Amino acid sequence: MRKIWDIHGGVHPNENKTQSLGEPIVLSAIPPYLFVPLSQHIGAPAQPIVKIGDNVLKGQTIASANAAISVPVHAPSSGIIFAIENKSVPHPSGIDDMCIVIKTDGLDQWRERNTNKDFSQLSGDELLSIIRNAGIAGMGGAGFPTAIKLKGKNNKPIDTLIINGTECEPYITADHSLMLENADDIAMGLAILAKIIKPKTILFGIEDNKMDAVNGIEVALEKIDFSAYSDHAIDVEVVSFPTKYPSGGEKQLIQILTGKQVPSHGLPADIGIVCHNIGTAVAIQDAVCLDHPLISRVTTVTGEAVSQPRNYHVLIGTPVSFLLEQSQYRADVSNRLIMGGPMMGFALNDASVPIIKTSNCVLAPTETELPSPPPAQACIRCGMCAEACPASLLPQQLYWFSQGKELEKLEQHNIADCIECGACSYVCPSNIPLVQYYRASKTDIKQREVDHHNAELAKRRFDTRQDRLLRLEQEKIAAKEARQTARKNSNKTDKHVSLTSTASNDSAASSKSTEDRDATIKAAIKRAQEKKSASAATNEDPVARAQAKREAQLEQDQADPEAKLTRAVENAQQRLEKLHIKFSEAKKNNDKNITIIETGLEKAQAKLISSQQALDDHQKISFTNDKA
Amino acid sequence: MALMRVTSPHAHNRQTTGQVMQLVLLATLPGVLALTFAFGWGTLVNILLAVIFAIALEASALKLRKRPIKFYLNDYTAIVTAVLLAIALPPYSSWWIILVGIFFSIIVAKQLYGGLGYNPFNPAMVGYVALLISFPVAMTSWPAPIYLTPDELSIPNPINALLIALTIIEQPIIDGFTMATPLDLVRQNDALMIEDLINEYPQFGRWSGYGWEWVNLGFLVGGIFLLQRKIFTWHTPVSMLLAILIMSALFYDGGSSASAGSPLFHLLGGATMFGAWFIATDPVSSAASNKGRVIYGAGIGLLTFIIRKWGNYPDAVAFAVLLMNFSAPLIDHYTQTKPYGHNTQKKS
Repeated sequence: MRKIWDIHGGVHPNENKTQSLGEPIVLSAIPPYLFVPLSQHIGAPAQPIVKIGDNVLKGQTIASANAAISVPVHAPSSGIIFAIENKSVPHPSGIDDMCIVIKTDGLDQWRERNTNKDFSQLSGDELLSIIRNAGIAGMGGAGFPTAIKLKGKNNKPIDTLIINGTECEPYITADHSLMLENADDIAMGLAILAKIIKPKTILFGIEDNKMDAVNGIEVALEKIDFSAYSDHAIDVEVVSFPTKYPSGGEKQLIQILTGKQVPSHGLPADIGIVCHNIGTAVAIQDAVCLDHPLISRVTTVTGEAVSQPRNYHVLIGTPVSFLLEQSQYRADVSNRLIMGGPMMGFALNDASVPIIKTSNCVLAPTETELPSPPPAQACIRCGMCAEACPASLLPQQLYWFSQGKELEKLEQHNIADCIECGACSYVCPSNIPLVQYYRASKTDIKQREVDHHNAELAKRRFDTRQDRLLRLEQEKIAAKEARQTARKNSNKTDKHVSLTSTASNDSAASSKSTEDRDATIKAAIKRAQEKKSASAATNEDPVARAQAKREAQLEQDQADPEAKLTRAVENAQQRLEKLHIKFSEAKKNNDKNITIIETGLEKAQAKLISSQQALDDHQKISFTNDKA
Repeated sequence: MALMRVTSPHAHNRQTTGQVMQLVLLATLPGVLALTFAFGWGTLVNILLAVIFAIALEASALKLRKRPIKFYLNDYTAIVTAVLLAIALPPYSSWWIILVGIFFSIIVAKQLYGGLGYNPFNPAMVGYVALLISFPVAMTSWPAPIYLTPDELSIPNPINALLIALTIIEQPIIDGFTMATPLDLVRQNDALMIEDLINEYPQFGRWSGYGWEWVNLGFLVGGIFLLQRKIFTWHTPVSMLLAILIMSALFYDGGSSASAGSPLFHLLGGATMFGAWFIATDPVSSAASNKGRVIYGAGIGLLTFIIRKWGNYPDAVAFAVLLMNFSAPLIDHYTQTKPYGHNTQKKS
């Protein structure tokens, strides 16, 4: 006997499994219309490859998987494509999604297929491609594409393959009946899995409320030599363990069977384990050995509102209402319709939604069976939820933080590790819908991350734009300065040229105009060159730019002394005016600095007179020069 | 019938908060019976009056706060608070003492903080401490055990007990109607060896005081019943009792005149068992995680002993519980559980 580990917490709800186990699995009828959603799995939706009006055969691919994480969809029965449109699909939010609607012809005519394959001749990659092309996604609930899970990551060798036959949810018996009736198919599927993964150990986990299944599976597994599919010996064991909800959760089952815990935010592959549901094993067997893609599954129809609870082999896309009719559903006594079990299943908006690859149960309870939730009372922090939590969280604290929308605290208390099994809500004596709070908070956290990410992007965009604008502005200023400098330099040259020309050719007035024109052209060229060098200088550093400017000023002053003198006069006038204002103010306020200002005023007046004098002198000289 | 839109889980355990509280009430029965046998009808009268006052005050507070009265009264928490406070009060307490206590419990400690689930302090103990500080004499005159009362006829019958509580008739002022409790005697003793003390005062009974030992055993039985029904976990009461056991063993001092009394004397004396199983286990005001509850319980035990031995009050459970109520959020902060998947280092 293998050592079994216990998981923290867990609850024991009424099992209610016997109701649907009374009769063998029966084939559900073909409905007049099949509604096949394009997205029945985790990942990108499949892309339709048929048109309205096309005839399709059973098993024909009607939508292909074009993305990395996706699976194709096949026609569950023969008929014509009636529509490709949005229809309500089984989803907790009750949303609509793209479905291919097939009007069945009732012939159920297969496409051509090769039903006699010997998988032992196929390589692992060939098997994986068959599994992918057969549209197989995890049948346990999440619907993750099986081929991708099987491929794993190269750097993570898998030494333990776990087959999940736990079925811990109350009411559901789909896996149980499959184990009872199709044990050999499961064993064959397991052999295919063994060939692909080549694990050292295969553990087949079943709760001890299904001992008949345990025995059947043991017999079936003994018929197969698993080591023949690998280069090393494979140890295969069926392990039964005490019934407790939620032992069938992947992480929980791994702990029960191996004592190891999947790291938070990690995958079972991180600890060398991969886990597959028995339904998936059967689907793999069908796909590989019978060329039968995933177009039907076993679904339990149960609850007190159906007269004949039982399991059906049902075509994917069959409306729930059509399935319920076959079990004599009494809508008048049914208070809700649940897809899945009473612990984790979601209530359906309407009964027209189809059965999809992950639909293991349709539960139609009466009000006495699953009463409407009474109004929630105050949390008394009794801690029963913490005792029940299989993830060892503190649900009452999470609830408290969730009410206050304290997202940081929620993350600190590891809300991400909540598997939403509902054990806490189940035991809560105050009837608080705890899981609902956690779901909402998880969405809030996700939303905040998205917002944060978007804000980050927006900020980066803004910063980049600001930088760009600043750069443009600087370039503009630099260009303007360079232009001014160049213009001033060229002015000087112009003057110089004209001066020399007047000096040397004062008598040759006729040739002056042509020479002037030449000089202007030359000056223009020089200006352009200077502008170029100046802009190069401005690009280097502001100090150089300032120096260049100052030099230009000096040059200009030397070239044009009159301008310098005029400026001096202007400055002196301005200063005098300012001092006049200051003086009058100081007089008014009886300022003690009045004498200083008075002196300044006198000095400024002197300066103005002297500068005026200098200007006059200069003008006189230049005037005489010009005359001469 | 229209299909109901509710989220999972759809199944629910049928236990409600009201039922949990009723179980707690049921579990107080052995202790209450022992109190009645030992000290007369006073306790039952306390309970009767406290429950009436509690329902009235809770209902009026709910009405003022515009909350559905019947819905909240059905959770039985006000009645539990009232019964716990009534048990803690000396038998034959006057009606106004009970009323003041209930006012502090229900109005101040509970409703003013936002009602059930929002009270940081144990309501019954807030009421008790408010009374103990305000009316120390009334709160410390505990009647002598019936067995030791000199005049059997002076023991009030149920009607008289009620009339005494309603202050219509006076408490019999005869010598020996009230008596120092064993805890008082040990605390005030500084001359006698413990054995001599026990021989001198008849109150000491077999292990820890006549009557008291049976009262404590009664509450122990009730507590174990609740534990078996998974109303609370073992962590708080067991760690509290262990702390008292260890402390009293350390300071027993071989029964000298400086001794604080034997471990058995402390475990079965005063309000130890009542406090451990019915007061410290109040979930609202205690620590949340199991590890936290061990610390919380041990803290109560430690403080109880410290106040009993070196404090000014003969018994200390109420103070110890309130002090640890203060610390509960801090304890919670440092004793988060380690969730699934956090024990292993992620290999990558």
